[in-house]
Amino acid sequence: MKVTLRVWRQENETAQGRFEEYEADNLNPNMSFLEMLDVVNEKLTGDGKDPIAVAHDCREGICGTCSSMINGEPHGPENGVTTCQTYMRSFNDGDVITVEPFRAEAFPVLKDLITDRKAFDKIMQAGGFITARTGSCQDANALPIGKEVADLAMDAAACVGCGACVAACKNSSAMLFVSAKAGQLNLLPQGQPEKDTRVLNMVAAMDEAGFGNCTNQYECSAACPKEISEEFISKLNRDYLIASVRSSVKAKPTTMK
Amino acid sequence: MNILHALFKTSIGKKVIMAVTGLILVGFVIGHLIGNLQIFLPPEKINEYAHFLQSLGKVLWLIRIGLLVAVVLHIWMAVSLVLENRAARKKGYQSQKTLRASYASRTMKYSGLIVFAFIVYHLLHFTVKSTHGEDFYPMTMLHGEKVYDVHTMMVLGFQQPLVSIFYLIAIALLSLHLSHGFSSMFQSLGLRTRSWSGLLEKLAITISVLYFLGNAAIVIAVMTGMVGIQNPDFASCCPVEAHEVANAKH
Repeated sequence: MKVTLRVWRQENETAQGRFEEYEADNLNPNMSFLEMLDVVNEKLTGDGKDPIAVAHDCREGICGTCSSMINGEPHGPENGVTTCQTYMRSFNDGDVITVEPFRAEAFPVLKDLITDRKAFDKIMQAGGFITARTGSCQDANALPIGKEVADLAMDAAACVGCGACVAACKNSSAMLFVSAKAGQLNLLPQGQPEKDTRVLNMVAAMDEAGFGNCTNQYECSAACPKEISEEFISKLNRDYLIASVRSSVKAKPTTMK
Repeated sequence: MNILHALFKTSIGKKVIMAVTGLILVGFVIGHLIGNLQIFLPPEKINEYAHFLQSLGKVLWLIRIGLLVAVVLHIWMAVSLVLENRAARKKGYQSQKTLRASYASRTMKYSGLIVFAFIVYHLLHFTVKSTHGEDFYPMTMLHGEKVYDVHTMMVLGFQQPLVSIFYLIAIALLSLHLSHGFSSMFQSLGLRTRSWSGLLEKLAITISVLYFLGNAAIVIAVMTGMVGIQNPDFASCCPVEAHEVANAKH
């Protein structure tokens, strides 16, 4: 099969950027979108041109590195998959496919389709962790956790941090990401000691990074390659409200501000 | 102070303010509609009700100030959120598909703005009473007291096609606004969960449709003459003539 690509090309973070068209011919419909780009890049390199810079790593949908807006949808037309799991059979022969980087002020474009998503790392550093003792591991099953709770926490933990939620949201809100990362830990007993500070600090880091606000349209959930439910956003809102009230009335030790 | 910071300065806090003020305003408009539906009863009923509200004195002012604060906060937070959202993506996409966002949710700021313009007109019309001549604000006797004849005021208002059309547009847009807002506020407060989100969406649509139909029924009843002027001062059985009498006096 054959497709025409309209790809965003941008030299570096400060460059203007523009769309350029490329023909991709002799494609196998069972190629992944990234393999198709490999073929195009192979040809560009052979012609002495700069290949299209595209973020990728594991190519099996679990690392969250690949990130492209394909025909107006993060990770392309299929539901519940990343760009690397999108196959050319999802397109028609002769299609014109527009490929853009994820757009958000918090995700500046570094080059072509690659965006800098370190804002997510900052949010994780603010509260996406638990405090555990090092050393030998705890006995298995020493900490009983209900099946439903474990399953729900696992749903949230499926987040690969790709940023499709931010890319799909018309406000560039990171609420689905933050809610999944905070929710996963807040649901489990291991996450309880830091629950309130986690929520408060992660939301503060999210606001600080310049993400937009949630308008409850759930585009994020529809675009999420791991199909994470907007229910976690509701839970984040609830946890945040409770944490705000609790932190403003609770007694604090003198060493703390 | 922590709480005020959390409410007014954070993304989630601002949405909580939107939700709480939204809830107050939804409660108000539904109460207002139920009050207005008394137009289908004998005129004494709605006039009595209006007189009761007017006679509340300080309590009435407390309610008015409360509603004003709710409206101001709702709009203030909306503007602040919209500005932040714009700033969060200065360079947009060449093409972006809408995946599941409802039409109502994507037009909240426009429906909200037009409804706000209507509320200003509506308050000038019936609360300040400055949009029309004094013939449009007749008095009547109720239990030996001279009170505003709200029944006739409403009929006179809706007998003007332009007022009715603006009213219908505003009500339609407010219903659209509520169809998203009603379920959205539960999400913002963290009360929308998987177990009842489907029911909640249906409830939001049902309330919005009923709200629209209730208001439209009043307009249509007046425009078709089903509800006419019953104030003896207007000495007319027929709404059109009464309208002309009012105009002539004016």
